Formats: sequence, C-alpha cells, structure tokens
Amino acid sequence: MTISLDFLSVLAQWPLLATGVLWTLWLTAVAMVFGLVVAVACARARNTGPAWIAIPVGAYVELIRNTPFIVQLFFVFFGLPAIGVRLSPATASVIAMVLNLGAYGTEIIRAGLLATPRGQIEAARSLALTETQVFTRVVLPPALKRVWPALTSQIIIVMLGSAVCGQIATEELSYAANVISAMNFRTFESYIVATLIYLLLAIGLRRLLNWAGPRFVFGS
Amino acid sequence: MSVAADASHRPPIVEIAGLRKSFGDNEVLKGIDLKIAPGEVVAIIGKSGSGKSTLLRCINGLETFQSGGLTVDGKALLHDSAAAMRALRQRVGMIFQSFNLFPHLTVGRNVMLAPTLVKKAGRGTAEAQARRLLDRVGLAEKFDAMPDQLSGGQQQRVAIARALAMEPAVLLCDEITSALDPELVGEVLRVVESLADEGMTLLMVTHEMAFARKVSDRVVFMHQGRVHEMGPPEALFGAPQTPELQQFLSSLHD
Amino acid sequence: MVDFSLWDILRNLILSARWTLVLSLIAFVGGGVVGAAFLVLRIWRPAVFDRPVGAYVQLFQGTPLLMQIFLSYFGLRLFGVQVSVWVSVSLALTLYTSAFLTEIWRGCVAAIPKGQWEASTSLALSFGEQLRHVILPQALRIAIPPTVGFVVQVIKGTALASVVGFVELTRAGNMIANVTYAPFTVFACVALTYFIMCYPISLYARHLERKLHVRGG
Repeated sequence: MTISLDFLSVLAQWPLLATGVLWTLWLTAVAMVFGLVVAVACARARNTGPAWIAIPVGAYVELIRNTPFIVQLFFVFFGLPAIGVRLSPATASVIAMVLNLGAYGTEIIRAGLLATPRGQIEAARSLALTETQVFTRVVLPPALKRVWPALTSQIIIVMLGSAVCGQIATEELSYAANVISAMNFRTFESYIVATLIYLLLAIGLRRLLNWAGPRFVFGS
Repeated sequence: MSVAADASHRPPIVEIAGLRKSFGDNEVLKGIDLKIAPGEVVAIIGKSGSGKSTLLRCINGLETFQSGGLTVDGKALLHDSAAAMRALRQRVGMIFQSFNLFPHLTVGRNVMLAPTLVKKAGRGTAEAQARRLLDRVGLAEKFDAMPDQLSGGQQQRVAIARALAMEPAVLLCDEITSALDPELVGEVLRVVESLADEGMTLLMVTHEMAFARKVSDRVVFMHQGRVHEMGPPEALFGAPQTPELQQFLSSLHD
Repeated sequence: MVDFSLWDILRNLILSARWTLVLSLIAFVGGGVVGAAFLVLRIWRPAVFDRPVGAYVQLFQGTPLLMQIFLSYFGLRLFGVQVSVWVSVSLALTLYTSAFLTEIWRGCVAAIPKGQWEASTSLALSFGEQLRHVILPQALRIAIPPTVGFVVQVIKGTALASVVGFVELTRAGNMIANVTYAPFTVFACVALTYFIMCYPISLYARHLERKLHVRGG
C-alpha cells in the first residue's frame, strides 16, 4: 500500500497557519505578562503574607498544579456560564493560561525569592528603603534572574499547552490545523506542519526570552 | 629503604617512551621517557600544570595519549580493548586526591567490591581479605562504618586498602595527602611508607618533600611537560642542577 | 429531563478515573523502560547516542502533547495500521514520558562526581559493573523525587487523550456535563478528582526531596 503525503496543500493554506501562529503568540504574550504579575504577587504573598492570604494563595497554586490545563480551560469556558459568566473562547483561553502560568510561576519565583542572601535585605533596610522598595528594587530583580531559565521553560510549556485552546475554537495554531484538515482531509500532514511550527516557536521563544530577560526584566 | 638496588637488574615494570599527550591544542606531555623497576619507589614533583597527574593517569589508562609507547608488565596499552584495559587495571592500582570512596557502600563493601566482581572471589574470601587489609591500614574496627562517618585520613586509608585488595603490582598515588588536614597527613604517609618497605612499586605525585626524600629511591622533577631532572633524592633535593628545580624547591620554603 | 444527583455524577467520574490511572500506569512503565534504555545508551556510547537521544528529547519537550497524540492517532491509521485508541494514545504517552524521564535521569547520573567513575574504572570494573554497583545506586537516590513528581505530569497528560475520544476522566466529564446541563458542577468534580489523585503524589515527591537533602545527598 503506498502512502502519498501531500504537504503542499497544507502549506498552501499558509495564511490560516500564519493567523494561527499569531494567535498563539498573542495568547502566550498576554498570558506571560499577566501571569508573571500574578506569580510575583502570589509568591510574595505566600512567602511573607499573613495566613489569611497565604493559605488561599497556596490552595490556588496547588489546585492548578494538580489538575490538567484542559480541565481548567473547560471549567472556565463551559463551567462559568452556568453561574452567569459567559466568555469568548479567546478570553477564556487567556484567563486559563494566566491562572495556569500564575500558579506554576508562583512556585518558581518563590524559590528564587527564598534564595535571596540575608545581607541584601538587611543592607537595603539600613539604607531606609521602604519594604516595597526593598522588594521591587533589591530582592525581585536578582530573584528573577536566578530563576529565569526555569521561568522560561514554564512559559514555553504554557505556549505549547495553548494548543488545547483550539478545542474550544480559539483560532490558534492547532485550530488552524484542524480547519485545514477539514478542508483538504490531509489530517496527518496538517498536524505534522503544525507540530514543526510549534517546535520552531518553542526554540525561538526560548532564544527570545533568554535575550529579553536581562534587557527588560531583571536588568543584568 | 627498598629493594631498588637489585631491582634494576629485572626488566622494568613500567616503561614509557616518547609519550606525548595533548588536551586539544594544549600539549601537556612533550615526550616522556621513564623506566620504573619493580619495587622501586618513585616520587614525581613539579609545579601544577607540569603534567605530573596527567602522566600518572596515562599509566592506568584514565587518560589516552597521542603518541609514544607505554608498557606495563611487558604489555603495551591498548586503549581500544576493554578487556586489555581491565587486565591493566588489575595490575595497576590508583589512589586519588579526593579518595573517591563509594558513599552508598560500607567501608568493608568498598574494599570487597572489586575482588568480588572482577576477580570473582567468593564472599567469604573477599571479606577475610578486606578485614586483613583494613587491619593493615589500622582501620579494622571500621568495617561496617559508612564512608561519611570517617575522617579524611581514615577515608584515604580505606582507599588504599581498596586498591590493595586487587593485589596490584604498581600503585599510583595522585597527590593523596593534598586534600587532607595537616594533622591527618601523617597517618596516610605511614601506611604508604610501610607499603614501600614491603617492596611495592610506587609512583607518587606528591608535594610532601620530606616524605619523598625519606621514602623514595628516585625523584623525578617535571617541568612544562618534560622530565627536567631525575635522580636519587639526596642529589635532587641536596644539589639541584637546573635553575627551574632550584626555583621550585626554594618556592616551597616560602 | 432526568435529575442527576451529585453522587451520580461523582460515581461516574470515579469509575472513569480508573482508565486515567490505567493509562498513566502504562505510560509510566513503558516510558520508564524506554527512557532507561536511552539513558544507558547515552552513557555507554556518548559519541554515538548523545545527539540522537538529545534530539528525541527536544522533539517531545518542544511540541505540544496534544499534537503528539493527534499524530499518533492519525498517523498510525494513515500507514494502514488499524489500531484502537488505546494503542495510539498509549504509544504517544509512552514516548512522551520516555523523553522526559530519560532527561531527568540523565541529570541525576551527571550529578554523580566524576571521581566515582574514575575510582571504579581504576579498580578494573567493567562498564556494566560500574553502572550496576557504583553509579546507578547513587543516581537512583537522587532520581526518585523528580521521578515521583513526574507521575503527576503523566496523570494530567492523560486528560488530553479525551480529545481523540479515549474515555477517561475528562471525556467522561464532557459527556456527563452535556447530559446533566451542569457543567460548573461537573467540571468542578472532574478537577477535584484529578486533585485527589495528584496532590498526595505531589506531597510525597516533595517529602522525598526534603528527605534527600536533609541526609546530605
């Protein structure tokens, strides 16, 4: 039995693929920005906050880390409407991704914060900086630098995880592959092309984050 | 002191001819010629970077070399043959600066492991031998202890017992006291001295000059990858010929 | 419309969670065997196997698991192999697990000091004897916490099998949500069930990690 693989009919749909890629990148970018903010806030809360904040934050983190992302997504998209919160696929995707990255990021950043040498904090306090200034100027940047590789890996995991969002018709890359395969019945080839694009995105994103981290996030 | 006098009539146990070794572009050994007689105690001294440890590690095959000849017990080194290398390492033992005891095994099992696996010794025989050797290095009561419960000097003595369990013809000692606190150095050197007295062929890279002077039959001074000076300890330490050796010896007194 | 009690929902979910656990077990055991084989190859002949296995790992770590499952499901069919969903999903998850485990374990072996290799080599031990008696016993101790931690990843990964129709916990949740018109409750229960399966394992992995460092590992 001869198998004929036809990649050209898939590649001919490059506008759809490009749209999908842009959506994937857009989702990832938004999730990254808001997710990191959530993560920093929760990490701080869990480390130094009072119990009535730290415990709920802990519960949130453990809940997200011990349930599959697809279930979190389904809950946000299918479950919330039952209590009156109706969201578009894209919004639901972003919210789920932010909550997801926020939780994993919390643990990563927590570890980075806990590794701060005692002397740094004492020196900063002695210079009469406020607690907030101590945190944002002295403690946080080195902590982020410390955990940047782990954080980068987690962002890439979230980017790859966004493929699931196509299941609720968010128009990202995996959804584009589904649409293309419905058009030309080249399901296998569509998925191969999408998978290779994801691989390139993952490699590219890692390089980008390694380059951008020192420049924009923790000013090395 | 040792049996080197009549050993020189027997064929050399280690024969090195024109050995050259490079790490990438960096040539570390620039043509070494050396013959070691059975029962001889040879100390190798020199600055760090002179190639002393590399030379030692070539002899038991932990490092490969690019050109030249190396024979142990009449057999040339065959890096490609795993069986030949295993046979070599049964004849040549090594003690390391960082002891390298197996942390997950007791002291006794550390000593017994290789004879049981390689020489296929029975457990009873291996255990008896291990106890004997540990007694010999003064650690009979530590048979069931774990390595992390021992001091540095004790660990190194266990390492010596472990190497001796394979009944090697040659023992390579790579700066075996350099990582020890000063007060623990003596106990290790005493064991090595007793090995020398019994006629073991020893090649020691060492910084313990007084010890080298006392125990060795021959001292080799290495400088920038070559054997720079060689001779009996009184000659080398008492009357160094070359400026490099003179400078090296005087720098030790600083 | 039939009224469904919470207990009905939970009961059905828990029954389908069986398949989640079975699939996880298959993936973990299969992935462990394949991962271990790749590990040994990588240590034994690094010049030959390091790049290919490294590429294999990069492939599975750099692409979505969902895509891997799709490719396994549709790919096998394309090549004329008529396999059940079980086989295609098990295959995808096994290979996925093998890539991650082999990388975790490689890190553990790399953490063993070079001196252990040199000492055992100098004692004339063969490669196999070195692995079995000196290296792997030490690497195993370091490897247990992250390996146990990865079990949680595998369990969560099985949820994606639902997308190709494999009936496990998430798919059951979808079906029950459709039937009961109670997606909030149902998906909350699905999440809870995963949580009950995964959280104890996560805690145990963390406990093992702490124990390892207290002992001076």
